[in-house]
Amino acid sequence: MTVRPASPAPTPAIERHTISILVDNEPGVLARVIGLFSGRGYNIESLTVAEVDRDATLSRITIVTSGTPMIIEQIKAQLGRLVPVHRVHDLTLEGPFVERETALVKVAGTGEKRVEALRLADVFKARVVDATITSFVFEVTGQGEELDRFIGLMSELGLVGVSRTGVVAMSRGPGGI
Amino acid sequence: MSAATNETSLTGADIVLKALRDQGVEVIFGYPGGAVLPIYDALFQQNDIRHILVRHEQAALHAAEGYARSTGKVGVVLVTSGPGATNAVTGLADALMDSIPIVCLSGQVATHLIGNDAFQECDTTGITRPCTKHNYLVKDVNNLARTLHEAFYVAKNGRPGPVVIDIPKDVQFAEGSYRTPADSMPKSYRPQVKPDLNRVEEAVDLLAKAKRPIFYVGGGVINAGPVASQLLTQFVRMTGYPCTTTLMGLGAFPASDRQWLGMLGMHGTYEANLAMHGCDLMVCIGARFDDRVTGKVSEFSPNSVKIHVDIDPSSINKNVRVDVPIVGDAAHVLEDMIRIWKARGKQADKAALATWWEQIEFWRARDCLKYEKTSKVIKPQFALERLRAAISGRDDVYITTEVGQHQMWAAQFMPFDKPNHWMTSGGLGTMGYGLPAAIGAQVAHPDALCIDIAGEASIQMNIQEMSTALQYRLPVKVFILNNQYMGMVRQWQELLHGGRYSESYSEALPDFVKLADAFGGVGLRASKVDEVDDVIAEMIRVKRPVIVDMCVDQKENCFPMIPGGRAHNEMLLGPDEKVENATPEDGMVLV
Repeated sequence: MTVRPASPAPTPAIERHTISILVDNEPGVLARVIGLFSGRGYNIESLTVAEVDRDATLSRITIVTSGTPMIIEQIKAQLGRLVPVHRVHDLTLEGPFVERETALVKVAGTGEKRVEALRLADVFKARVVDATITSFVFEVTGQGEELDRFIGLMSELGLVGVSRTGVVAMSRGPGGI
Repeated sequence: MSAATNETSLTGADIVLKALRDQGVEVIFGYPGGAVLPIYDALFQQNDIRHILVRHEQAALHAAEGYARSTGKVGVVLVTSGPGATNAVTGLADALMDSIPIVCLSGQVATHLIGNDAFQECDTTGITRPCTKHNYLVKDVNNLARTLHEAFYVAKNGRPGPVVIDIPKDVQFAEGSYRTPADSMPKSYRPQVKPDLNRVEEAVDLLAKAKRPIFYVGGGVINAGPVASQLLTQFVRMTGYPCTTTLMGLGAFPASDRQWLGMLGMHGTYEANLAMHGCDLMVCIGARFDDRVTGKVSEFSPNSVKIHVDIDPSSINKNVRVDVPIVGDAAHVLEDMIRIWKARGKQADKAALATWWEQIEFWRARDCLKYEKTSKVIKPQFALERLRAAISGRDDVYITTEVGQHQMWAAQFMPFDKPNHWMTSGGLGTMGYGLPAAIGAQVAHPDALCIDIAGEASIQMNIQEMSTALQYRLPVKVFILNNQYMGMVRQWQELLHGGRYSESYSEALPDFVKLADAFGGVGLRASKVDEVDDVIAEMIRVKRPVIVDMCVDQKENCFPMIPGGRAHNEMLLGPDEKVENATPEDGMVLV
């Protein structure tokens, strides 16, 4: 037999994909999805879930994951065979889409730092949702990197804590999902 | 819920029984306990469904698997909460790996106690989530019937698998309404059964053009029903191409056919593995490119175009990139392939095929399963050859196995001309599988000859099921190839760990003849070559459970073998082949 010379296998590039999944809103469905990712060693960069259709009891899970194209394909096939999963859409592959994240950012301080925090919040279009003499809670919505930048700046100005939602996403245009 | 319900109200336990009857269930395998007493009470008061009392819940699952695999029906299991459910886990994982349709009902503590660490409570749905196809916790008795019917649908449709329904005790007592199966379809689960015809046409074109084609067939063809095996056989014969089957696929294509190359993979035949390595077109139907089959993935069949037919899209492009993926049920796809092949007047390339067969016959002439013939000691292969001779011509023989060397020898030496006659733990590799699986097959086929080909180590993992066999007068045969070692462990230690046989020798084995006697069965022993035939004849003659203690060569190893991390063309054909460089370092970590 001839043996094929071992061709140097090019390492496939790691891609970041945003996947939107419509599932029955039933007990355990989130555990099923998360268990699939942990059990098979897939990455979760972000995961959000909430009921989106009360009458049909459907929830939408948005997962940001990363892997080689073969792994991404595998992730979608594995999600697709879960019984409570209705639809799996790879937004990254299916055309333009919007991706948003919201953060609540608490900053404490007085004097110049407090004024600077408020000024920067204005630049980032962050809303003040709580204020005391010595603190603010800002609500800021945008792309992940935008939030990272805002939080980075706040860390110089008395950052106390951050709560982030993870990514929610939707395709652009009139089509569903 | 109201529109589709029946007017009469039933208790949860009665709903369970009614739903099982409506699903055509005749037998369930189980073990009672506190949290399932209401269902056991309902079971007591009816005569439609037979209950087989096992001695350990794991065995209930394997027995249900044996029942399911030998009949094509869904196997049904009933266990209690807590330890009942945790004991079932191995069997569930086994059924998941081998795609066996199982519905397992488990009792649960009352709903108001869930989460309180109540007696015999465990998080059954949490524990079984990764080892089932799907699972349910039913908290409302009015959802019980729908859930049961949905569970059967999920278990048998698409790629089959085990489904657990956890039923709290108060739900079993509560009264609620019943629903029919037709009224209980799941909202979301609709597996694709019919293939994309463009893809099938593409596959047929490739098939006709191939110079060195091979069919690589797995358990999916058996799961698709006997018609799929018939269609496969028809198509393979129409093309004249060679066919190899996986461990799970044995019986999908007749073993007596010259076009069959034997099993492929780690302990597959020389001709099957080299044909896989050298082919220019591979048609994989209902197999999943498992690591036991592929060997070193990067050198797996390097020059072939690959067609993959599978009902589970996640099996495609998982381990090996394929060129033509076809999602669909094997029977449907094969039907379409045959129809298109005929309609287009396709023909195999006769000249190329003749050359290919010439090459394959050259490989086949190596006679890779040959072993040393001797009258000094019973070779395990010899024992199986004599067993094969004793059962030849019968089509009512069901073979199960435990896991290890004996399993691979059984796969190599037992003839399977039909599907559903071979049951082995392929994916999970569960020692202790064979005896309960044989019991399940025997329950389904009371007059058949059900033989568990076993090793003396594996059999002890579920030996208690002899008691079940006696209770129900199931004349199962346990055919132990006793070499006093965990043979496959010893083989690997010999190959890879310098012959340091760490904990693989079993001292203090039971006397299996006396053990059979203690259970009320028949014990037979052969320790000399000239005793083998008599013992086999007696085993078959006796219409009672039998344990055969076949005392075989302790040092025999299972060949051919592809060592871990090696390619198909790097097989070891026998003990004389050099083993020093058998396994590269990166292969050592592979199991």
